[in-house]
Amino acid sequence: MKPRNLALAAALFGVSVLALGAAEAKPVKWASAGDALTIDPHGQNEGLTTTVNQHMYESLTERDHAGKLHPLLASSWKVLPDDPTTWEFKLQEGVKFHDGTPFTADDVVFSYERAMQPTSDFKGYLTSVEKVSKVDDLTVRIKTKGPNPLLVNNTSAIRILSKAWAEKNNATKAQDFKNKEENYAVRNANGTGPFILVSREADVKTVMKRNDNYWAKAKVPLEITELTYVPIKQDATRIAALLSGEVDLVQDVPVQDIARLKSQPKVRVTTGPENRTIFFGMDVASKDLKGDNVEGKNPFADKRVRQAMNAALNRSAIQRVVMRGESIPTGVILPPFANGWTKELDAAPATDVAKAKALLTEAGYPNGFSVTLHCPNDRYINDEGICQAAVGMFGQIGVKVNLVSQSKSIHFNLIQKNPPETEFYLVGWGVPTFDSDYVFSYMYHSRTGSQGSWNATGYADKDVDAQIQSLSKEIDIAKRDATIAQIWAKMKDETIYLPIHHQTLSYGMNSTLDVPVDVQNQPKLKMVSFKGS
Amino acid sequence: MLAYILRSLMQGLVVMIAVAFIAFSMFRFVGDPVVNMLGQEATLQDRAELTERLGLNDPVPLQFARFVADAAQGDFGISYRQGRKVSSLILERLPATVELAVLSAIFAFVVGIAFGVYAAIRRDGWIANLVMSISLIGVSLPTFLIGIGLIYIFAVELRWLPSFGRGDTVKIGWWTTGLLTVSGLKSLVLPVLTLGFLQLTLIMRLVRSEMLEVMRADFIRFARARGIPERKIEFRHALRNTMIPVITIAGVQLGGVIAFAIVTETVFQWPGLGALFVNAVQFVDVPVMSAYLLFVAFVFVLTSLLVDIVYVALDPRLRGSALVPAK
Repeated sequence: MKPRNLALAAALFGVSVLALGAAEAKPVKWASAGDALTIDPHGQNEGLTTTVNQHMYESLTERDHAGKLHPLLASSWKVLPDDPTTWEFKLQEGVKFHDGTPFTADDVVFSYERAMQPTSDFKGYLTSVEKVSKVDDLTVRIKTKGPNPLLVNNTSAIRILSKAWAEKNNATKAQDFKNKEENYAVRNANGTGPFILVSREADVKTVMKRNDNYWAKAKVPLEITELTYVPIKQDATRIAALLSGEVDLVQDVPVQDIARLKSQPKVRVTTGPENRTIFFGMDVASKDLKGDNVEGKNPFADKRVRQAMNAALNRSAIQRVVMRGESIPTGVILPPFANGWTKELDAAPATDVAKAKALLTEAGYPNGFSVTLHCPNDRYINDEGICQAAVGMFGQIGVKVNLVSQSKSIHFNLIQKNPPETEFYLVGWGVPTFDSDYVFSYMYHSRTGSQGSWNATGYADKDVDAQIQSLSKEIDIAKRDATIAQIWAKMKDETIYLPIHHQTLSYGMNSTLDVPVDVQNQPKLKMVSFKGS
Repeated sequence: MLAYILRSLMQGLVVMIAVAFIAFSMFRFVGDPVVNMLGQEATLQDRAELTERLGLNDPVPLQFARFVADAAQGDFGISYRQGRKVSSLILERLPATVELAVLSAIFAFVVGIAFGVYAAIRRDGWIANLVMSISLIGVSLPTFLIGIGLIYIFAVELRWLPSFGRGDTVKIGWWTTGLLTVSGLKSLVLPVLTLGFLQLTLIMRLVRSEMLEVMRADFIRFARARGIPERKIEFRHALRNTMIPVITIAGVQLGGVIAFAIVTETVFQWPGLGALFVNAVQFVDVPVMSAYLLFVAFVFVLTSLLVDIVYVALDPRLRGSALVPAK
């Protein structure tokens, strides 16, 4: 390169640096329907609570918006070569909490023990853990009860708080709702995250400012100077606030508003699949259904009936009409980014009314039967609409469905009761560990002990249970994946669930922002960089 | 008079306990709080343990007795949803609701009476007819739609006023007020209009019809015959006689506005008691729901007592009558 060109290049470089500098840092106001329930990092295992908290508290690992696992507070990890039950995590150097105290292995051990206490809502992620111990200031070992090849997947859910701070403020335990006193950690925070809590008024706003000493500053844009989260319950008000510029980012755009927002020049809408599949479940085990008109028999116990129901469901019509195109019809209750997902499994079965009728006749129900369907009306996107559409589709093959739509607090109780109080229900399921095992153990394993707590179908197969249990101990990944494929093949044939679609999400934002939809619906706003408007 | 007030308060206490009990026995139909309190990973055993710890397995009368015993000591427990003391949650939310309710009651009262009187005096004028037609809209349109309509006009299109929230507030002791900041005052306009509109139209129509009635009364005719100026007849004699039923109605409605500003608060994300209650119902936050319903019963008992007292003070005919025990 000649000297003159070099000078030109330098000048151009200078200009581009200037241009970059001009995309100024700004405050951002961000809204969705609900509010974080607490900012105690182990108090409530609920999506929105985690979404807000992750900006202040960090975990050993984190998932990006596509669901891929990355190191965060841990720089590397491995299973000890001589002991398959022990994981070793090396911690990042030079990390400091918001109050300036250094982050060490003691904080990790303390936080994991706090998350494993009975009042913690995150203990479910750590049931396989026997002991967490410090090796040196930057090394932690987690010993599991048996080999657990996937432990690291769960570490992204466990957030780390300062041990000294929690001890000083008497917050060494997660909130106990039986206590008469409020826990200090419910409204105060001291993590290592990119934003520092300024103020929190529950149901009004949570204000955070940029952590200018953030340890990973060099790796992320971190352009938002002040981050304010506001809950706005009414859909219409929330969208109005976006249109009027009072909020910059809306995390849950109702499907009926997407087209209108897209036509606005100063608004950007991003859409993407969420880590959540919506499906129907059927009671396949009871001797007789209470809500049907068939005496002494349970029609759902016959696989042919279940397959007929599956063939009667017109998934593309639901997508088109109920979801206005914003969903991904599917044939499996596993989101596309989870381990074990394949295109073949995901292919939605073709709607075939004639075949469905033939199957019903073969099963001995030529004139169909009637049954009660339970549906939530305030949990999933257009949940009640999906059920109403499905009622018509089942009607076409002679299955008369009585629809009962209720609030989620009542609906989920029916499913979780033992024995369940519903025989046909709608439910949605996400996979925070991004592995099929999570679906199997909650949805397909028989309801025994800590397994199968969401399996309200009564399905119980000893061989399947054994196969599912083998997954949590198998260290040979190839062998494990083969077992997963086997289980899915069998489950697809059994059809105890009728998959409908993967839910998609839409974020609406000011056009200077570009926030991609996060598969866990937990956008990480440290990643935001402003665009020239 | 004192004996009367004491007796009313005693009756009020019975009403409150009855309300609390009815509410308490209804909660089981709202759902199970444990479902919302535990994450999806919770096992059946976790749920059973939490239900037991919270005492939700006990029979309703026992749970109720426990609640009353604690409440009598001023302890309403801790919110299942937020993990905070219910009493401090309610005190925190009270100022927002009271400011909204009182301002919209004043707005409804002043504007309602003014328009009502005008519509009665100029009953055939086109302005009076227009006002009457608009008032019909107020009676028939749901509050929700009025709120959303105002938001679209004044927040989205004109961008004059905020679409949600309370703006900046100033703390005076434990009370927070939005009346002392510009953004706080701007935030009040739309919710006050929305909440006050229905009351306004009711008061206006009531004033108009009462006034028309009074204007036909004999004493007005005699006053006219005596040559008293029309203005004086309308505002001195007719309006005063119109006010008695209007104040009664307005007083009772103030209680309703404080207690049930729920829709307006939800539309404008107003951080008051109504919004607190809506969230509590969705989450089955039993401690907050019980405390809120008790509070509502208290507000109604208090306002109806105040109205009774004002009524007696306003209408001399009632003094010494059956309402007040004879000396």
